[in-house]
Amino acid sequence: MKNCEYRQIEPQGLGTPNAAPPPPAGANDADTRAKRRRKWEVFPGKNRFYCDGRIMVARQSGVLPLTLGLIVLTSCLFFVFDCPFLVEHVTSCIPAIGGALFAFVIISLLQTSFRDPGILPRATADEAAYTEKQIDDSASSSYRPPPRTLEVIINQQVVKLKYCFTCKMFRPPRTSHCSLCDNCVERFDHHCPWVGNCVGKRNYRFFYAFIVSLSFLTAFIFGCVTTHLTLRSQGGKGLITAVQESPPSCTALELIVCFFSVWSILGLSGFHTYLVASNLTTNEDIKGSWSGNSGVQNTVNPYSYNNIFANCCAVLCAPLPPSLIDRRGFLPTQESPPAAQPQVELPVFVGKSDLTVV
Amino acid sequence: ALPHLPALWSNTRKTHSLQDLRQQASIAAKVFVQRDYTTGTICQFQTKFPSELETRIDKQQFEETIRTLNNLYAEAEKLGGRSYLEGCLACVTAYTIFLCMETHYEKVLKKIAKYIQEQNDKIYAPRGLLLTDPIERGLRVVEITIFEDQSNGRIEGR
Repeated sequence: MKNCEYRQIEPQGLGTPNAAPPPPAGANDADTRAKRRRKWEVFPGKNRFYCDGRIMVARQSGVLPLTLGLIVLTSCLFFVFDCPFLVEHVTSCIPAIGGALFAFVIISLLQTSFRDPGILPRATADEAAYTEKQIDDSASSSYRPPPRTLEVIINQQVVKLKYCFTCKMFRPPRTSHCSLCDNCVERFDHHCPWVGNCVGKRNYRFFYAFIVSLSFLTAFIFGCVTTHLTLRSQGGKGLITAVQESPPSCTALELIVCFFSVWSILGLSGFHTYLVASNLTTNEDIKGSWSGNSGVQNTVNPYSYNNIFANCCAVLCAPLPPSLIDRRGFLPTQESPPAAQPQVELPVFVGKSDLTVV
Repeated sequence: ALPHLPALWSNTRKTHSLQDLRQQASIAAKVFVQRDYTTGTICQFQTKFPSELETRIDKQQFEETIRTLNNLYAEAEKLGGRSYLEGCLACVTAYTIFLCMETHYEKVLKKIAKYIQEQNDKIYAPRGLLLTDPIERGLRVVEITIFEDQSNGRIEGR
């Protein structure tokens, strides 16, 4: 009979033509792991990956270095030139508060930039074929909505789901395809060049934390610099002398940066607070999806809980969904070069201790 | 449905049926159970019974599986005291706590993976079907692979 030397493996760990890829933990042998490629290496979107897939950013990192540079520079100038004076004349809590705010800002920024915003993996070949078949079947009958949209009713509101030609699937509600990153992103808010990434379902709360804490930080630094200059000029020397005493370029730079930042970032924070409270995305707000522009009847936001507190909790404190793209998972062992799709399926023979890897 | 099919699967090879599926059976078709968006963006799957499975499994069984999956996903995304606490704690630690702690969602996903494996072992594999965990398809579909009936030939191992 069979001298079975196999061990019971999870069904997903087995490969057949067109079956699922193995789980990320890798039920297969460790010695082949070193030669196997990870899924991020064949990711079809325009993203860049670092640290073996742990960190991801958009292909065009935009002005993220500028954002980081400005924040770090202004904060350093603050700590070096204003803190000593203020600690002496006001209170020693100032550097502590400044430091805490600065740390929070940087951490939130990095969390926003380096996280997967909620990218949807592209449909597998089988799925795409199945969907096409469904579309063709429905198109054969008369007077239906154009075949490439699907209508669903969410909370008594009609929502049209569009078919994404790049990802070959019907986009879930609130999902949008970002042309810069070439990915469909869930609960797509916008693509932020300052942060160098899309803002979507998985990193919106970090983005919000970033802009709110940044408004506090810039307001704080602005206040401290103003206090510093005021105190100096009160010493009977006048404002101009005061500015000349503290290194002039630094104080002026801090003032200018903070002045412009405070207004723009406070404005942005206010706008996003409104969005959070009404459970809207920037994308929906700009397009006017729920303000009745597109439809004849009264359209209301079907995702809102109609309660500010509930909306805030849902947007900011909901359980963090996992990344769907599994970028650090291993590709199945294969005998042909990988295809453009992240999931390539080929037979894996079980019961053998050495898997053939090309 | 072939009348002798249960006999084929219920003989001595039942404990190895999952292996046999992989090594001997070839895929006849795949069915994709789509998402159900009527309650919003929360992850739920349609309980409509696909016609391709009519000959393989009863409607009740299938609906039971999908309903349990839906309940599990609802549990993962539930907004309640626990998730708020987790959110606040995360915010206070500048979200660095997720480096050492598993989120509630991830814990439930593990439960789901276990449930699917159990269903496959007990119910679906003996009927020549295989469920794929939706997480491997981006939570878009529940993929059900239908294997060809092995009426004869290639009985013994390879």
